[in-house]
Amino acid sequence: MLRLPRFEVATPKTVGEAIARLAEAGPSAMVIAGGTDLLPNLKHELFTPELVVSLSAIEALRGVRVEDDGTLAIGAMTTLAEVAASELVQKHAPVLAQAASLVAGPQLRTMGTLGGNVLLDTRCQWYNQTYFWREALGFCMKKDGTKCHVVEGGKKCVAAASNDSAPALMTLGSLLEFEGPSGRRTQAIDDFWLADGIYNKKVAHAELLTEIRIPPTGPGHRGAYGKLRERGSIDFPLLGVAARVDVVAERITRADVVVTALAAQPKRIARVADVLVGVAARGEELDRAIEAVAASAAKQCNPLANIPGDHEWRKAMVPVFVRRTLRAAVDGNGPVHGD
Amino acid sequence: MGALHLKVNGDELDVAAPSHWTLLEVLRYRLGLTGSKQGCDKGDCGACTVLLDGKPVLSCLTLAAMIEHRAVTTIEGLMPAHIANGGTGADPIQDCFDRCGALQCGFCQSGMMLSARALLDRVEQPTPEQVREALSGNLCRCTGYTQIFQAIELALADRAGTKPAPRAWEAPRDTEAAPRQA
Ligand SMILES: Cc1cc2nc3c(=O)[nH]c(=O)nc-3n(C[C@H](O)[C@H](O)[C@H](O)COP(=O)(O)OP(=O)(O)OC[C@H]3O[C@@H](n4cnc5c(N)ncnc54)[C@H](O)[C@@H]3O)c2cc1C
Ligand code: SF4
Ligand code: FES
Ligand code: FES
Repeated sequence: MLRLPRFEVATPKTVGEAIARLAEAGPSAMVIAGGTDLLPNLKHELFTPELVVSLSAIEALRGVRVEDDGTLAIGAMTTLAEVAASELVQKHAPVLAQAASLVAGPQLRTMGTLGGNVLLDTRCQWYNQTYFWREALGFCMKKDGTKCHVVEGGKKCVAAASNDSAPALMTLGSLLEFEGPSGRRTQAIDDFWLADGIYNKKVAHAELLTEIRIPPTGPGHRGAYGKLRERGSIDFPLLGVAARVDVVAERITRADVVVTALAAQPKRIARVADVLVGVAARGEELDRAIEAVAASAAKQCNPLANIPGDHEWRKAMVPVFVRRTLRAAVDGNGPVHGD
Repeated sequence: MGALHLKVNGDELDVAAPSHWTLLEVLRYRLGLTGSKQGCDKGDCGACTVLLDGKPVLSCLTLAAMIEHRAVTTIEGLMPAHIANGGTGADPIQDCFDRCGALQCGFCQSGMMLSARALLDRVEQPTPEQVREALSGNLCRCTGYTQIFQAIELALADRAGTKPAPRAWEAPRDTEAAPRQA
């Protein structure tokens, strides 16, 4: 039995009211969306808020729509199950629909939201544990302690960004809309992350993520998500690969690969477009180009012993999943799912 | 500690419980509905699955204060709902789990049956893949899942008025008994 620490719950009906409650209560207040990340963390005493402000009654934060210019706008409180099943998302942003469909299991996708997924806390096998367990090891830098059990003598926490939506949204060039006590701001998801596992996001207290905006993708757009996990049914990623390949007149016009579950932030593989753009979307030329990207990704990615799963095996799987996911993007038959 | 307005198995209830309690805690320790099991208590196992507005959710990760006025169905509510809809005896899913012996210790069973019930309410004749997907958030440490899938297959066959495919051990032996053609 894991008890929650004592706190009060507020269920405001508007964004303005929620921001006011959070601002008034100060740092002892936290936001809860679906609660599927926050509540296990509270049960592990990783946070001890006095007030939890629920966004579940704010209808304005739900739903998927396409705007006149083709922008796909998804309310932060839209559930992962809704994102995965949305025909609009499947059509305009297949990589996101696929990533959402592979998060956790069915119950958690019904509860968990896209906003909560973007804002997921980083994960580490030394951190996502009960207080009792963590205390027995003398704690760690991310919570209650001073050292790191992953990198000996390390000065920076390297807990892993583990949200499946993040790399998918990065390949789509997504924008995050925030609203807080000092107004609204738009943040490109590419510049949203910090290389610090203790807190890897640029969000201020009392700021709410209200909407995720995906610029128009166009008819040649293709994307796929690849996920390696221990049990195909429920687990967090041991490796997540998002691939984008736009194809016009049988040639690749745009390409991008972002990998996650390595360190504190998702990692964009460098020089993917240099290799793939201009290449024919089938045949030996494509095979060679995909092979080159996979080999280069293997050199660029170094999984750490931060999350479960042997990190050398995870490293060996990088080129395999980059190759398969790029192939699935070109062929339009993702996701790639292995365990 | 305020009163929570909950709707459980069709009953509207005012329940006094601390605001930081989960729905699972309220069900088990305030309402005495212990059919929902407290397994991992952190989202891994599915033993605490209940239906919220007809969809399976994990009651160990749901704050009771966040689901006021929404319809909660627990395993205790399946048979009364079936009877209220004109049925007799247990819900067909419960009946088929019983007939197939789809349990050993039974700890996972109420969550399994609720996930299965929700699928059958949503899809008339789901494919085996849809059945597996719908139950993928419910772990069983005992049965190896075979009888569980067979129970659902039987419920689907009953609903369609057909017979499920025979099990390997029930397969007719006449192919062996038949005289070989020269
Ligand atoms: C067994 C298990 C398996 C899981 N597997 C996966 C997996 O494979 N992949 C994966 O990505 N995740 C996984 N998760 C984590 C989680 O279910 C999802 O990431 C989910 O999308 C989180 O969304 P939520 O709405 O439940 O977030 P919450 O838990 O409500 O919130 C998460 C964080 O974001 C903040 N927050 C939420 N919404 C907002 C907002 N609109 N504005 C400001 N702050 C906000 C909260 O304060 C909190 O810090 C798993 C969880 C469990 C328990
Ligand atoms: S990487 Fe893990 S062990 Fe190291 S400080 Fe971060 S959470 Fe703690
Ligand atoms: S007890 Fe809720 S998922 Fe295990
Ligand atoms: S019967 Fe024991 S866990 Fe399923």
